[in-house]
Amino acid sequence: MSEIIIKNGYIFDPISGIKGDKADISIKDGKITDKVSSKAEVIDASGRTVMAGGVDIHTHIVGPKVNLGREMRPEDKLFRGSFRGGILKQGKHMEMGFSIPSTWKTGYSYARMGYTYANEAAMPPLMAPHVHEEIRDTPIIDISAMPVFGNNWFCFEYIKNKEIENNAAYVAWLLNATKGFGIKIVNPGGTEAWAWGDNCVTINDPVPFFDITPAEIVKGLIETNEYLGLPHSIHLHGNNLGNPGCYETTLDTLKLAEGYKPKNKFGREQVLHNTHIQFHSYKGDSWGTFESGAREVMDYVNSNKNITVDIGAVTLDETTTMTADGPFEYHLNQLNHIKWANVDVELETGSGIVPYIYDKNIKVCGIQWAIGLEIALFAKDLMRVFLTTDHPNAGPFTRYPRVIKWLMSQKAREATLDTMKYKDKVIAASHIASMDKELGLYEIAMMTRAGPAKALGLSSMYGSLAKGADANIAIYDLDPTNIPSDPELIEAAFQNTAYTLKEGVVVVKDKQIVAEPHKYTIWTKVNMPENAQVMHDVKEKFTKNYTVNLENYAVFDEHVHNPRAIEVEVA
Amino acid sequence: MPKVIENVGCPYCGCSCDDVRVTVSDDGKKVLEVENVCAIGTEIFKHGSSDHRIRSPRLRQPDGSMKDITYDEAIEWVAQHLYKAKKPLMYGFGSTNCEGQAAAARVMETAGGMLDNCATICHGPSFLAIFDNGYPTCTLGEVKNRADVIVYWGSNPAHAHPRHMSRYSIFPRGFFTGKGQKKRTIIVIDPRYTDTANVADYHLQIKQGHDYELFDAFRMVVIGHGKDLPDEVAGIKKEKILEVAEIMANARFGTTFFGMGLTHSDGRNHNIDIAISLTRDLNKVAKWTIMAMRGHYNIAGPGVVWSWTFGFPYCLDLTKKDHAHMNPGETSSVDMAMRDEVDMFINIGTDAGAHFPIPAVKQLKKHPWVTIDPSINMASEISDLHIPVCICGVDVGGIVYRMDNVPIQFRKVIDNQGLLDDETLLNRIADRLDELNAQGA
Repeated sequence: MSEIIIKNGYIFDPISGIKGDKADISIKDGKITDKVSSKAEVIDASGRTVMAGGVDIHTHIVGPKVNLGREMRPEDKLFRGSFRGGILKQGKHMEMGFSIPSTWKTGYSYARMGYTYANEAAMPPLMAPHVHEEIRDTPIIDISAMPVFGNNWFCFEYIKNKEIENNAAYVAWLLNATKGFGIKIVNPGGTEAWAWGDNCVTINDPVPFFDITPAEIVKGLIETNEYLGLPHSIHLHGNNLGNPGCYETTLDTLKLAEGYKPKNKFGREQVLHNTHIQFHSYKGDSWGTFESGAREVMDYVNSNKNITVDIGAVTLDETTTMTADGPFEYHLNQLNHIKWANVDVELETGSGIVPYIYDKNIKVCGIQWAIGLEIALFAKDLMRVFLTTDHPNAGPFTRYPRVIKWLMSQKAREATLDTMKYKDKVIAASHIASMDKELGLYEIAMMTRAGPAKALGLSSMYGSLAKGADANIAIYDLDPTNIPSDPELIEAAFQNTAYTLKEGVVVVKDKQIVAEPHKYTIWTKVNMPENAQVMHDVKEKFTKNYTVNLENYAVFDEHVHNPRAIEVEVA
Repeated sequence: MPKVIENVGCPYCGCSCDDVRVTVSDDGKKVLEVENVCAIGTEIFKHGSSDHRIRSPRLRQPDGSMKDITYDEAIEWVAQHLYKAKKPLMYGFGSTNCEGQAAAARVMETAGGMLDNCATICHGPSFLAIFDNGYPTCTLGEVKNRADVIVYWGSNPAHAHPRHMSRYSIFPRGFFTGKGQKKRTIIVIDPRYTDTANVADYHLQIKQGHDYELFDAFRMVVIGHGKDLPDEVAGIKKEKILEVAEIMANARFGTTFFGMGLTHSDGRNHNIDIAISLTRDLNKVAKWTIMAMRGHYNIAGPGVVWSWTFGFPYCLDLTKKDHAHMNPGETSSVDMAMRDEVDMFINIGTDAGAHFPIPAVKQLKKHPWVTIDPSINMASEISDLHIPVCICGVDVGGIVYRMDNVPIQFRKVIDNQGLLDDETLLNRIADRLDELNAQGA
């Protein structure tokens, strides 16, 4: 079949340990291989940077809360079409929206940045058919979605009774029913409490009526995850997010992973992924005394190898916050008084949406911006610290190139600091001004593809240029031997690739979408014996409490598009 | 042997019940019996296998009669007219599955036309309020399992959503609501003594058109200015307002369901806006949610599908082809019709002939009019072309969105017997348009 050879590029591939050597990459039948025939199509990458396709470990791009955000924010479509500064139609469909782009724009934008895989960070199980409908309409990129378990009534009961085996059988059943990828936890116990207008702000606050604490939920789900040996670890958004002083809760939460070892066949080394840790690294006891806790949090992360994090960098944009952390969104709305949406989901979870403006003229926003970058700059091992903006919460994913610019250039950071109204106060409450570290392309490759792929347990398929991996490749117009002194050019290079290849098909060429090949829905199929107790409990809950019939709950096969199952065997 | 199919979704109201049992004939062509469903739902299933059902597209002839044509001919007719039209409008979608709504988006993006759904004449004002003020809501199971105070304001589920009260709100026993109706307080606010008011603990017989004032009064009480209320607001005595506000403020979990009585009386979107504000206020002292009583089983669908496709739920202007635009009043169906801006009209999965103002229908009728609908209705009878399609939930499955935006997977119960479904039909029209566009370019 088709053969391609990418010649003379500078290769950055942490999975194979290649640090900018000049080499050729051969592709056959959509996979990376070691050699191809002389008939192979040649792509000239000389003077350019070549990396595996980007892997986004945490992003909100498909599903009910993303879409309610689109629906309630027509103003997010202000920039559109040729005459209003939007993108001219390149692919099969028009591209709409900024912080919460349409599914079409989402796929095209990721591809233009050289990303080919995105992990939707929160799928309410009851709404799984909706998530899969949007996956169908998101072009080019492969997508997985993680069902939320941290406020699930089944999990509460099994974990409270210390029935890890039953909890594992339930998780396996739900992953299959929703075609989900792994265990997501959002504000464990707190979102259930929010159904009564309450919250859990420490790891020991009891969940109303369920006689369980967030700490027990997190530990129970770590044990469940390792019992099953899932490709990814638990993926945690802990308690007390976004409040001054929350870094202490974060440290308490991270310590819950102590003593646990990963058990899986996928090369994953962590048992806990703490997502968007910027939002969890705040010191101070009020907005007036708000300051960075990045050093304290990263000191702990650096010394504990069974933890990974993603940064959740603030990009200083007007954006749309959305999370299954219902109480957080309510409290955020009490701060900014813009519009507020909330959706509590029966037996499972909740969510909230609030538009938010990270204004560089507001002191706290400036400090938040600093913290996001400090996390990455304090990191000792960038294979465990990944680049995200918790899209769209700290900023849209289309700003990744800007975050890369800030991480690679102190000059760029200083230029941004200089635009802040309360620059001196931001500097006093953070470490950013004193940090002269600048990341290189190899470290960026760790943070944006190799590291996330490994943490997801998918590094044999994604985020790698090693033989046998999917031929997902990004070629950037950036000469590593001559990095431009103007940081804006770094951002521009990462914003639009010279080429993006998806499974060996050129999908972006010269910054334009040129093809929309098929893509996959990645999910985790656990093969284990049916558990009679769990199936009995499931039937009972559907008879008594759900408003949808059990037989209509699991996503029908015809609504799952190009499924690609990662199989796990449990005896 | 007749066959029983269970867990079937009902294509009638926004309750989107998914527990229907349908018995079909041995050959899979006839619906014999329908259980677990309201009177109206029953009729839809029965109609699905009725002998009166139209099974072939019909094109109007110069003498005014309708002549049967093939699907191929109908697709060609629609594609050619869409290709020629400068500002075609496709409107409807109360009764199509989401797959059909996604295909419709493709057709109108390709054609460069206007795309709108029934919200434009029902819950459009709710969208306007949501754009301004958000939407603190929940799924219906939360109401079933937790709610101890229920408000129906300007809605009459006893008639419009027949199983709403029994499945989701007043009567069911849920996890924290084991005593069902006995432990719930039901408040109905309606100028009429409806059958829903008949089961309420409190019926506030509000003066017609004065909803905004009563909302305002409730907000005053919740915020702490109850003593400043006048003796009577909107026809309701001060003591009664204080009493009901007290119940709301002390709710463990409350839900307000609102309907056309708010969106289509004086105040419209402002009524919904203040209803949302009241919900926000109540969340400072209790836990409250709010939900629109969406009419049809999948009228939430087009708002959902088009939001992920274009970023706007309704009133879409796709005529520029490279970006979408929405401005209700300018791009809403009835307003465009009244100004005679539209030069082709496709009515799909609804009946604009019955629902639009007569002057709007008269303007639309000046131009080619296509109706895509399983049934004979007023729109089909004044159409130039009527294309019958499958009924979602009867002879085609698909995803639909319940009034709380929960996706429900519908099943097919009888053979489609040669009828095309909306998705296939619309995708074939879009394919043909792609060809015409390619030839034109």
